[in-house]
Amino acid sequence: MSASSISVRELGFRYPGEHHDALRGLSIDVNAGERVAVLGPNGSGKTTFVMHLNGLLATQSGEVRIGDTPVVESNLVEIRRRIGAVFQDADDQLFMSSVREDVAFGPANLGVSGAELYELVERTLEQVGAAGYGDRNPHHLSGGEKRRVAIATVLSMDPDVLILDEPTSGLDPAGRRELIDLLSSLTQTQLIVTHDLPLALQLCDRSVIVSDGRVVADGPTPELLANVDLLAEHRLELPLGFDPSRL
Amino acid sequence: MPGDSRMHRLSPEAKLVAVVAVVVVIAMTPRRETVAFALYALGAWAIIATTKIGLLTYLKRLSVIIPFVMFALIVPFIGGGESVYVLGVSLSVDGLWATWNILAKAGLGATMSIALSATTPVPELLHGMTRLKVPRLLVAIIAFMLRYIDVLVEQLGRMRRSMVARGHDPRWLWQVKPIASSAGALFVRSYERGERVHQAMLARGYTGVMPTVSEQRASTKEWLAVLLCPFGAALVLTVAVV
Repeated sequence: MSASSISVRELGFRYPGEHHDALRGLSIDVNAGERVAVLGPNGSGKTTFVMHLNGLLATQSGEVRIGDTPVVESNLVEIRRRIGAVFQDADDQLFMSSVREDVAFGPANLGVSGAELYELVERTLEQVGAAGYGDRNPHHLSGGEKRRVAIATVLSMDPDVLILDEPTSGLDPAGRRELIDLLSSLTQTQLIVTHDLPLALQLCDRSVIVSDGRVVADGPTPELLANVDLLAEHRLELPLGFDPSRL
Repeated sequence: MPGDSRMHRLSPEAKLVAVVAVVVVIAMTPRRETVAFALYALGAWAIIATTKIGLLTYLKRLSVIIPFVMFALIVPFIGGGESVYVLGVSLSVDGLWATWNILAKAGLGATMSIALSATTPVPELLHGMTRLKVPRLLVAIIAFMLRYIDVLVEQLGRMRRSMVARGHDPRWLWQVKPIASSAGALFVRSYERGERVHQAMLARGYTGVMPTVSEQRASTKEWLAVLLCPFGAALVLTVAVV
């Protein structure tokens, strides 16, 4: 398991047929092995931004690099192996008819097969606390189980970078805690897109706030979350009674 | 259904081929060969017995054919030609044979399908189809359909509940409009999900070809064992006809 840095320079993007730029010169550097929370209101461009990291959206202006490799069409196979993207709705991520096939999908595309593939799947499921789930139908898993298996589907590709879009949405408190335990046990570079500010505080030393297609704040999470005016300006709020300084 | 009977352990492609072959032989059998049908039924029930699914489960699953055979029951009343009187009601002899034909063949065909579906998990069945050289794209379409049908039904259920919660109570034809428009909304949502799933596939290195995961193949012994069924059925048919 290794980790890669991420470097994004002046990223600009406009969806076809729209009159407003979704991204307007977004720049960010993430060190290898760092865990960074990407915060921001709905429609701020967070998801558009992370979809550039594995080339699901082609760069219109600016540059994205994973380690030393630019994210361009000719590198996409390597980039997508190195970037594990876990989408918001686990039903989109788990599209095969059994958990085993879903976890095997990525490595099988990379040419892993036979007993090696089987063992890889079992090992990965065990790593996310889902040992023995291989034969189950993804539809019959609970929300928390789905999320952990979704993470297994990208861990099986041995990625350097994990991108998680709203990983705690729809989870019950125990499921959320189990997810936090899992994420903190992983050594990859992690970008966690979330509205869950306590999650950011618990998992990430550093956070960035994305608003209107740009990074408007970048710093230690406790400092950002203590700045009530900054949060309010970007439609972010801590839960009632939550005091970040007392954690 | 989970289980560990001999039928469960047979390779899916062998079972699939055997079931299709048996159904073809049954469908080809002339309807008046009642002895042949009786022998088929004995064979089919013997197979069901080896699956150990239990009589109740079998009958429950068999009940899916009821809507399809309903109209077969009407045929004796409307059929022409020679007729017999049963309890004072005139029934067409030809019609009775037609009903028997549909009931017997549908029942036997369903019984064989139940034996297959009760002992073969869906992913294995799909792998079996891949190994039988069914086009990968077709297998993938079937797999996605089976994977997302429950998600779709749930979504539809949620939309229906939200309509009912706001006082919608469709009883008459002129109240059908919300259902039609929700079908449209469901289509759009499914289309969007399709896009997102495709992205999730691309993100994990999908190149346009579904990877094969399972590589276990049917052994010659297995093929011989399962193909005994269609050969047996074909033998019965030949003897009956000749």
